[in-house]
Amino acid sequence: MRLEIKKTYKLFIGGKFPRSESGRVYKINNHKGDFLANVAKASRKDVRDSVVAARAAQSGWAGASAYNRGQVLYRIAEMLEGRRDQFVAEIRELTGKSERQANQEVDNAIDSWVWHAGWTDKIESVAGNMNPVAGPFFNISTNQPTGVVAAFAPQDSPLVGLVNTIAPVIVSGNSVVVVTSESLPLSAVTLAEVLETSDLPGGVVNILTGNAKELGSWLASHMDVNAIDLEGTANAAELEILAAENLKRVVRPGIYSRTAAKGTLQHILDFMEVKTVWHPKGN
Amino acid sequence: MFDYAPAPESRDLVKFQESYGHFIGGKFTKPSNTYGTINPATEETLAQISHGTAKDVDAAVKAARNAYEKTWSKLDGATRGKYLYRIARIIQERSRELAVAETLNNGKPIKETRDADIPLAASWFFYYAGWADKLDYAGLGPNPVAHGVAAQVVPWNFPLMMLAWKIAPALAAGNTVVLKPAETTPLSALLFAEICQQAELPDGVVNIVTGFGDTGAALIDHNDINKVAFTGSTNVGRIIAKQIAGTNKKATLELGGKAANIVFEDAALDQAVEGIVNGIFFNQGHVCCAGSRLLVQESVQDVLIKKLKARMENIRLGDPMDKNTDIGAINSKAQLTKIDKLVKQGVKEGGQSWAPNCPMPKNGFWFAPTIITGVAPTNTVAREEIFGPVLSVMTFRTPAEAVAKANNTQYGLSAGVWTEKGSRILKMADQLNAGVVWANTYNQFDPASPFGGFKESGYGREGGRHGLLSYLKGSN
Repeated sequence: MRLEIKKTYKLFIGGKFPRSESGRVYKINNHKGDFLANVAKASRKDVRDSVVAARAAQSGWAGASAYNRGQVLYRIAEMLEGRRDQFVAEIRELTGKSERQANQEVDNAIDSWVWHAGWTDKIESVAGNMNPVAGPFFNISTNQPTGVVAAFAPQDSPLVGLVNTIAPVIVSGNSVVVVTSESLPLSAVTLAEVLETSDLPGGVVNILTGNAKELGSWLASHMDVNAIDLEGTANAAELEILAAENLKRVVRPGIYSRTAAKGTLQHILDFMEVKTVWHPKGN
Repeated sequence: MFDYAPAPESRDLVKFQESYGHFIGGKFTKPSNTYGTINPATEETLAQISHGTAKDVDAAVKAARNAYEKTWSKLDGATRGKYLYRIARIIQERSRELAVAETLNNGKPIKETRDADIPLAASWFFYYAGWADKLDYAGLGPNPVAHGVAAQVVPWNFPLMMLAWKIAPALAAGNTVVLKPAETTPLSALLFAEICQQAELPDGVVNIVTGFGDTGAALIDHNDINKVAFTGSTNVGRIIAKQIAGTNKKATLELGGKAANIVFEDAALDQAVEGIVNGIFFNQGHVCCAGSRLLVQESVQDVLIKKLKARMENIRLGDPMDKNTDIGAINSKAQLTKIDKLVKQGVKEGGQSWAPNCPMPKNGFWFAPTIITGVAPTNTVAREEIFGPVLSVMTFRTPAEAVAKANNTQYGLSAGVWTEKGSRILKMADQLNAGVVWANTYNQFDPASPFGGFKESGYGREGGRHGLLSYLKGSN
């Protein structure tokens, strides 16, 4: 009988799969309580490395054409579809969900990537403006990604909640450092493998497994993070205070549903900045 | 050189009361706990103003809540719009009086209050009046709803205009408001309260509580407000963001700036000089989006600085009531001290400071238009907002260096670009992390045009459809 090869669940930083710099892991059991895996427990240093990687990747990703970003996001959906059995199996093992429920979660995750992929080159058509100012000026407002976003995925969802946390951030050209559900992290690591093979530039999405409370203060107080999504945190008010130090844009918990096969434009726009450009008209 | 004969606007166009209470529920309260508000150009006391307490704030929020529940949220959009149109018209009718009042209390030149502050305030009400019955088209889907009671705190640099930026979209969207004007410039807001009475605006829809920082803090802290809108310093913005953490209060923060005004060698230099002067000396440089960092391409530095100095020799500083005055009084002694200290720091760190030889009036608070050359990006005067008529000059060689230096700041409110090359303008505009980019122009404002910053210059937008969204939420 052949001995099965088990997966080592690591972090995803800058397009690579390092262990936690701290060397720490924590134990994940399946829904029956049996040992399933040792998962990397990210540290403050991993947070800082992730922000550096996210910052380095951001301008290139924002500078890619909207058409190109749309194709990359669609490619993520393709790759996820191709590995759906693995996700279904992981979700069932971890949560004890039925096959139908697990399939529904994976369906929604894939379809949400497709929904977001289609937005990349439509955000401006809907949320930008040519402004009729009272003078001889060309005046236009466009939306630009805010930069590096820290996000906490919902704790109760292994996959679709994570996808609906990442996708609205990166669709417009932001990069993200996302902290996964602490107790349901396996799909996140598998999702990282999907992202790594989807032509997404390294560093655009950085995935940390570990404790949201511990990592939260480092991310919320990081001065090179522009916005923060507090969905999966239990101490959101505390983190919002830390985030105020450099006026991070804050998405409070419970504002947006993360379980559907699509998101909302407002969620996407929360991580964008309106820029208005004036130029005189003349001869 | 020709001399200008004095051309003073008439002081008699406005009559202030001896003392003012707060404007709560459509009526003025009895003045209490008063302090004097002055004309910073003469240090003459103009009126006694009430310093609002937490109790006053509570009364105002109650009045606003009551008006929201019983009146304003029940009115149809078209009727709300008609009230705003009325207000816009009354501001236009009383524009000369308001301009004089603003100049007396703020110290800014009458030509600016007459040509910018007051007409823009009127246009803001006129613009948002038209939105009140078209909220379904704002971009949040059908039947968007107001937040409820909005707490609004405005600064002293454009007192009435900032009031208009806050109150007009809030009311159009269906909110009621409690507004606190800055402690040094409350008079135009109190005249605005009279305008609300003349327009027969329902009682409690607009409430004005005067006072200091503690009054504003009590307002932001109040349990029964739903929305916060603040324009002012980044430091206070930070405090407010912390204050409302963990609540459901939504915030729009319009904070400080340290804008780069970038001049390329192919720019129309004479036009650029006008833009630089307008960018930093408009309103004594008391402008959050002031072009306070001049980034000039090295090859044209000498010629540009020579032209700029020649232009600055012709700036007229003095009596704000004189129609020929370009630079008026610094708004307060505290602000003057701060400007002076920062300029001294700039010189200490190696900058060369230069100002034209302009005579200063004896009374009041004055600071000559100043440029500091030889500034390094790490110097205090390149990093901190001075909020005065002081320009820090730096150079660059390539467009990439210009972008890197322009973006090397905690702020991100505005930027200027001067070049005759269209493709370069568009690329620069893409790369600059600023909420407003003025290309071959500077300091343009319009109610249809969104305004607000990136990074520590705050969040949310004022003006245009985007500014309306700050006061609405989707119905679901």
